[in-house]
Amino acid sequence: MTAAASTVELAANSSKIRPGRIIAWTLLFIGGLITITPLLYMFSTSLKSAGQVYDLRLIPAAPTLDNYIRVLSDGRFLRWFINSLVVATTVTVSNVFFDSLVGYTLAKFEFRGRYLVFLAILSTLMIPTEMLVIPWYLMSSQLGWLDTYWGIMFPGMMTAFGTFLMKQFFETVPNDFLEAARVDGLNEFTIWWKIAMPMVTPALSALAIFTFLGNWTAFFWPLIVVTSPENYTLPVGLSSFAVEQSIQWEMIMTGAALATIPTLIVFLVLQRFIVRGVMLAGLKG
Amino acid sequence: MASIAGQESPAGNAGLWDRFSIRTKRVIWAWGFLALPIVFYVGIRFYPTVQAFWLSFTDWDLLRPATFIGLENYRRLFADPLFWQVFRNTFTYLIIGTPVSLVLSFVIAFYLDRVRFMHGFIRALYFLPFLTTAAAMAWVWRFFYQPVPIGVINDALQLFGLPQQPFLRSVDQALPSIMVTAIWAGLGFQIIIFMAGLRAIPSTYYEAARIDGLGEWAILRKITLPLLKPTTVFLVVFSSIGFLRIFDQVYNMTTNDPGGPLNTTKPLVLMIFQTAFSSYDMGYAAAQTVVLFTILLVVSLIQLWVLRERT
Repeated sequence: MTAAASTVELAANSSKIRPGRIIAWTLLFIGGLITITPLLYMFSTSLKSAGQVYDLRLIPAAPTLDNYIRVLSDGRFLRWFINSLVVATTVTVSNVFFDSLVGYTLAKFEFRGRYLVFLAILSTLMIPTEMLVIPWYLMSSQLGWLDTYWGIMFPGMMTAFGTFLMKQFFETVPNDFLEAARVDGLNEFTIWWKIAMPMVTPALSALAIFTFLGNWTAFFWPLIVVTSPENYTLPVGLSSFAVEQSIQWEMIMTGAALATIPTLIVFLVLQRFIVRGVMLAGLKG
Repeated sequence: MASIAGQESPAGNAGLWDRFSIRTKRVIWAWGFLALPIVFYVGIRFYPTVQAFWLSFTDWDLLRPATFIGLENYRRLFADPLFWQVFRNTFTYLIIGTPVSLVLSFVIAFYLDRVRFMHGFIRALYFLPFLTTAAAMAWVWRFFYQPVPIGVINDALQLFGLPQQPFLRSVDQALPSIMVTAIWAGLGFQIIIFMAGLRAIPSTYYEAARIDGLGEWAILRKITLPLLKPTTVFLVVFSSIGFLRIFDQVYNMTTNDPGGPLNTTKPLVLMIFQTAFSSYDMGYAAAQTVVLFTILLVVSLIQLWVLRERT
């Protein structure tokens, strides 16, 4: 991490050591530290007791896990956490299934109307969610979906983005493999599920990561459709802290930390996958 | 579920099914796969879109049935001073947020791409904010913007003997303060996409340029930036749409008076939210969503057109 160490590393990788590179590295490193300062303060404050909150040192003088115990034993928070987990997981499974089924069909089947179906699905990308929430709200109130898991989930069960992404990837699957399976007498569903799907796993994991993250952090529609606190998702629950009488910063930071920790763990475990997934989705999508 | 429907047809009508040609069978399979998704896209995407347009011409307010009132909602909206303030706020987010975040993320990506030492670690530092929840991070930033003794930024200002700032409590500073949060949250994604674009440029181009004796700056201007254009266009449009639809950060950083102080931070989506779900003025809110849709469409088309022209 020191300048000396970076010099050695740079020397090994480039033909000559240039002071410009060391300065660039140092600036990037400092910029990175500034970028994560909010996260550091969030964790730091969550480890402080109520009396220590006004002591703004980054390393708590007497770190304690009391806040975590209090927030988790409250029950409400755990409930929101489970709600978010159920909703985000279900929507992700649905997207991985349906987006790839539709993407595969549009990529690998020949039939009249294929292009029309593709254009129709793609055109929904232009419609902003905000325009649909009022009709969705009306639909949910008529069908009794308000304040339910299904109400939160139904708008996102399939997405045009995911379908487009999967179509792009299924087009790279050679037809020979599918034909060979057909000769072996496999039905079309089995060919898709057993032969084609395993060939696009990088795209599937990118889609899964994106969908999960998007739904884990989703705020606008859950805020509208959910009314009773026990059905809140984690973001809506965190937002509702505001209406409570006095702001207890250490508790709020603990809640924020608990909402962030799962995605951080997933990121640390799957860092390469996620970065590659973002690149894939960004370039192809 | 589409799969079950697809599997039943061969099993259920074995005799009839066997008489179809292989080609016909495949067409039937395809429509079987598409059946449920078509129902979904028609019911959850297309029908609501048409309905939103229709509602924008009515006075529907949840209580009485909707009556057609023509363009009245639009006339009311364009005569509403609040709309024009919200319109100005929304475009301020766009016009400052998009260039600042793109320049920042390009500069970081450009240098990060050349860094070998601890590359993954530094990249992770910049990428982490992308994985956070706006509702959670809004609290952290509100904490930062507090007055002393709690606010981290004001505390630092005090330490250096600089004047205290009101941030979220000020009509001038609240919007920029929220914008910083929004830029911060989106930076990691843009950096990763820029880096992917930079990696896609073949190194032979750079080698050829160096042999021709081009300097670093000339290489950047004549090779890197032109070849990076598809990436840049994608990010300009993506980031613009994001700023035009900003909501989470604003709502969560001003929860006591959403869009305040004095509506100076209120974007269009927040106005839509309040018109629809605080005032239940659904017809009027629908008209606002149609205006948002039009703005998004026009801005994206202009950007695609302008950026295409320059090649």
